[in-house]
Amino acid sequence: MGQIFRPRANSFARIALLGLALLIVLPFCIGFALVRSPYLTGVDDVPHQPVPFSHQHHVSGLGIDCRYCHTSVEHAAFAGIPPTETCMTCHSQIWTDAAVLEPVRKSWRTGQPLRWTRVYDLPDFVYFNHGIHVSHGIGCTTCHGPVGRMPLTRQATPLFMSWCLDCHRAPEKYVRPREHVFDPDWTPPQNQFAQGRQLVHEYQIRVGQLIHCSVCHR
Amino acid sequence: MSRDIEQRTDPERATVLRSDQDYASISRAISDSVLRPTSRGWWLGFCLSGLGVLIFIAAAGYLFYAGVGIWGVNTTVVWGFAIINYVWWIGIGNAGTLISAMLYLARQPWRTSINRFAEAMTIFAASIAGLFPILHLGRPYLFYWLAPYPSTMGVWPQFRSPLVWDMFAIATYIIVSVLFWYTGLIPDLATLRDRARSRAAQLVYGAFALGWRGSAAHWRHYERAYLILAALAVPLVVSVHSVVGYDFATALMPGWRSTLFAPYFVVGAMFSGFAMVIVITIALRAAFRLHAFVTPRHLDAMAKILLAASLIMGYAYGMEAFMAWYGTDADEWRQTVTTATGPYGPAYWGMLFCNVAVPQLCWSARIRRSIPALLVVAILVNIGMWLERYVIVVNILSQGFMPSQFRLYFPTVWDWATMLGSFALFLWFFFLFVRFVPMVPMHEVRKLAHDLGERS
Repeated sequence: MGQIFRPRANSFARIALLGLALLIVLPFCIGFALVRSPYLTGVDDVPHQPVPFSHQHHVSGLGIDCRYCHTSVEHAAFAGIPPTETCMTCHSQIWTDAAVLEPVRKSWRTGQPLRWTRVYDLPDFVYFNHGIHVSHGIGCTTCHGPVGRMPLTRQATPLFMSWCLDCHRAPEKYVRPREHVFDPDWTPPQNQFAQGRQLVHEYQIRVGQLIHCSVCHR
Repeated sequence: MSRDIEQRTDPERATVLRSDQDYASISRAISDSVLRPTSRGWWLGFCLSGLGVLIFIAAAGYLFYAGVGIWGVNTTVVWGFAIINYVWWIGIGNAGTLISAMLYLARQPWRTSINRFAEAMTIFAASIAGLFPILHLGRPYLFYWLAPYPSTMGVWPQFRSPLVWDMFAIATYIIVSVLFWYTGLIPDLATLRDRARSRAAQLVYGAFALGWRGSAAHWRHYERAYLILAALAVPLVVSVHSVVGYDFATALMPGWRSTLFAPYFVVGAMFSGFAMVIVITIALRAAFRLHAFVTPRHLDAMAKILLAASLIMGYAYGMEAFMAWYGTDADEWRQTVTTATGPYGPAYWGMLFCNVAVPQLCWSARIRRSIPALLVVAILVNIGMWLERYVIVVNILSQGFMPSQFRLYFPTVWDWATMLGSFALFLWFFFLFVRFVPMVPMHEVRKLAHDLGERS
């Protein structure tokens, strides 16, 4: 009776062992990378909008304050998307013939609101409150990125729960003085930690309670 | 195993293997059941149990589609057949490891012929048991949240819950059982490789034999590895079923909050597991004419273990009732009285009859060596142990603290389909096992023959 396996079976066996190890490890690595990739988080996605609204133009170019359009951000849970009326405060007078603004004018004529595509969409089992963050010194750009430099709005942060918790556990890394909350060009100072700790104390941010389930999952 | 220990162990040693067997006849008899063409009876059993597997898949599929409400569970009795069957199956699995590991450490020669299929039973039963905790989740697709992994949520499992310990216990148990079983298989796979005639069988068994040559160094490492695995498996099997006991014992429910549960569940598992091994042993012995390897001595020894376990179970039942009476907790005593006299009373008395009364027959050596009698006892014990879990899960839950919350549990057709489907799945696995794997460890039986030959 001849040999069942030839010498090259040794190589097959080693490759199979390696393959087996990879077969166990690789799915975890791929899964780990995939769920954190922009492919699944939507970071840097630029969704299609009915009107190519440019934050860059309105914020950096014209210097409009965030609250001019997102009026409820300081007091309500939902920051709000401005109604057509807000657009028309200016655009009934300027760029009245611009083709890109035709959907806005149509909305104004017909009373049908514009169907903006939501960029930051949390699941409905998460209760997020804009007002509480703004009033405790969390600036727009910390979570929404450099909106003032975005020609089209894109998602700047992954919105992972661990991303939320990172700040809720150590808000001093991100908190800024209230007067700079709506400053699109604010950058953390050299002494962010010292200043942040000071502000956490001053604004009475109750760090120990911020990671309880009931804070968001109501 | 050093020979001096073996020789002083057992004057009955010779009776664990019929004396007409030599190395060649052992290898031939056992490997033939794998290498011979498939018999018609096997196909019949395989297809029939396969139909049952389809029922299981259908029941699970409809469960995933429609939700856990298709079962009879309600807001009071939140655990029904799924947990009963989970505990029952994991208990069945227990005995395989005890046979292969504990009896190995105890140098019991009657372990030799039965350990392979007992371990297979463990793997299949534990795997089926492992399905139920997933099936019974309301959102089964999120079961992996039980595993500690660096998630984007930044949350981890709650390590204070016995249900999380369950996940670790079952996963470890299945992995270690498979490793232990496979380690024991390697020399036998090499035998199959060498005896196989077809190229495909040579390749497959040769690949799984991992180049086993049977050299002295191989055997030395093998024996050491097997011993270490056996020594690991015994505390594992004890802790696995203790954890299953903690599922109940860490709760506040009267009738569950008992410190007795861990050892009582372990012994109960051994009890039902050995009963199942007896059923399987008798079936395989008849179907594959294993009379040379499975002798009345094996049945006798297993029946004795059954008897010992039933005495401990009787003690545990008695102690539960006694402590309820002896203690000062009114709920505990009410629970005990209602268990015996309430709507689930018949299950309780049936449990006592099957688990405590019937096994007392095993005091008689004639019963222990009578195949039909032992078969009946073993089947009744398996029914009794199922009833025990039924009493613990459904009966206790149905009557907690608040009388306004008292509810009865009525299993639906889907409860039954899942349960019967799980039996079929077990049988189906077993048909595959007996077809492709030597059901008796040839190398260990050959060693037994060697030791016997030296003594005579």
